[in-house]
Amino acid sequence: MKKYLILFCFITAVIFFGCGKGKVSVTLAGSTAFQPFAEKIADEYMKANPNITITVQGGGSAVGIQSANSGAAQIGMADLVKLPDEAKGLTSIVVAQDGIAIIVNPKNKIENLSTEQLRDVFNGKIKNWKEVGGMDAPITVVSREAGSGTRSSFEKIVTGIKLVDKAVIQNSNGTIRETVANDENSIGYISHGILNEKVKALKIDNVECTTESIIAKNYILVRPIFLLTKGAAEGEVKKFIDYILTEEIQSMIKKDGLLPAK
Amino acid sequence: MKIFGEKGVERLLSVVAFSAISALALIALFIFIEGLPFLFRYGVKDFLFSSDWRPESGKFGIYPMISASFWVMLGAMLVGAPLGIAGAIFLAEFTPKTVMHIVKPAIELLAAVPSVIYGFIGVVVLAPIIREIFGGPGLSVLAGAIILGIMILPTVISISIDSILAVPVSFREGSLALGATVWQTVHMLTIKAAKSGIVASIILGMGRAIGETMAVIMVTGNSVMIPNSPLDSARTLTANIALEMSYATGMHREALFATGVVLFIVIIILNSIASVAIRKKVIVK
Repeated sequence: MKKYLILFCFITAVIFFGCGKGKVSVTLAGSTAFQPFAEKIADEYMKANPNITITVQGGGSAVGIQSANSGAAQIGMADLVKLPDEAKGLTSIVVAQDGIAIIVNPKNKIENLSTEQLRDVFNGKIKNWKEVGGMDAPITVVSREAGSGTRSSFEKIVTGIKLVDKAVIQNSNGTIRETVANDENSIGYISHGILNEKVKALKIDNVECTTESIIAKNYILVRPIFLLTKGAAEGEVKKFIDYILTEEIQSMIKKDGLLPAK
Repeated sequence: MKIFGEKGVERLLSVVAFSAISALALIALFIFIEGLPFLFRYGVKDFLFSSDWRPESGKFGIYPMISASFWVMLGAMLVGAPLGIAGAIFLAEFTPKTVMHIVKPAIELLAAVPSVIYGFIGVVVLAPIIREIFGGPGLSVLAGAIILGIMILPTVISISIDSILAVPVSFREGSLALGATVWQTVHMLTIKAAKSGIVASIILGMGRAIGETMAVIMVTGNSVMIPNSPLDSARTLTANIALEMSYATGMHREALFATGVVLFIVIIILNSIASVAIRKKVIVK
């Protein structure tokens, strides 16, 4: 009986640890805005190259920079308007661009906000939807936590934001979308790539947040998505980055709501 | 199986036991080493009583989180303790044994539900209800209190039931023989005799409530401000650490460890008060 038990343990151990042998693995970590795209691309890539395992982790842009620096991930993902000082030592390449959509609940009648109004809403100066021509209801501001790439890009582009204390904080693009989809009075911002029908994207200064207007550079809330590597990318890492930049993947990205790098 | 003699097994067990305790000691040591230097450099008073938390500009005041943790925990107690104790009394004293043997394990199963599930239910069911009835963002101290109140039920109920059942049957028989009704027996005798266990159950529940993270992050909204009403959103100490740890570097990271130190101390104080209180009750009895 005991012999079988030991044999069983051994086999289980081989199954769990042995399979990874002979496989090359590449880890990406960082931006939650690019994460779903990276996952999709990784799936495609692994189908074509079965001997490579690509792991995609979220965590936010700061995690992307940190883990690229520390080596926890070979590739860091960051979606910032400007890379911070910690990323100085890293090699960066822009693989896509992403709009930041200002979202409200579909039941909200507001269609447009000016940059000025947007700033005041997030600063807490405008507290009620009726001040910007909507229903008589208090505004619930939903924001990301300090350190998020989407947040710092948003604040850098809109400028002059000192987030209102009352703001609800959520720690990913997805949870902001869910919060706004569930709350008629809320306003938040998410990556253009993960917009869906549960929320409504507002026009900013009368410019709609669409792929076309972002490419035409009419829509102001746009930030690049960087992939960061320690030193120049090489080997499988480079192959994967090159793969993301191929025509095929770039047009797939575009179809799903992000914008091509160039 | 005579590999280990009496002595050998004894030694082995003590090694295993000490490894568990040393894990605790190591965790405490690690948190204190990482957090304490910051605490003294920044100033304990500023850290604990300033309500300005802006890591990007080097301001670390965790008073809003302390007050949020306190209110959420208190709310959870208000929801969970009466429900839990009433449920325990009902199950232990007013229902047939067979019913209790089915219902009690079912309630204990509640403890096995992952906290992210509680959080999810809080976000999609509870928060919209609160928003519609009371207004506000819905993600609030109240939502957190209700969800945590439900989460601590298994702890409160099962320990309370155990302590009620531990009251000797002869006590009850004596009371009933003197002509007291079942309810009189319960509230004048059984509960009093089982008091220490019930108090323990509530305090263990408090420990769970103040330490819970995932569900709280999802339902309380995480605003950095001192909640003025149960409908305001707030960020607890645990949520503060979990939300920002992945981003934090340098001072910010140390500040989060210092938050951990505060949480650690709060829980130690709570538990010490609890054990002292329980001991006193036992002696009086």
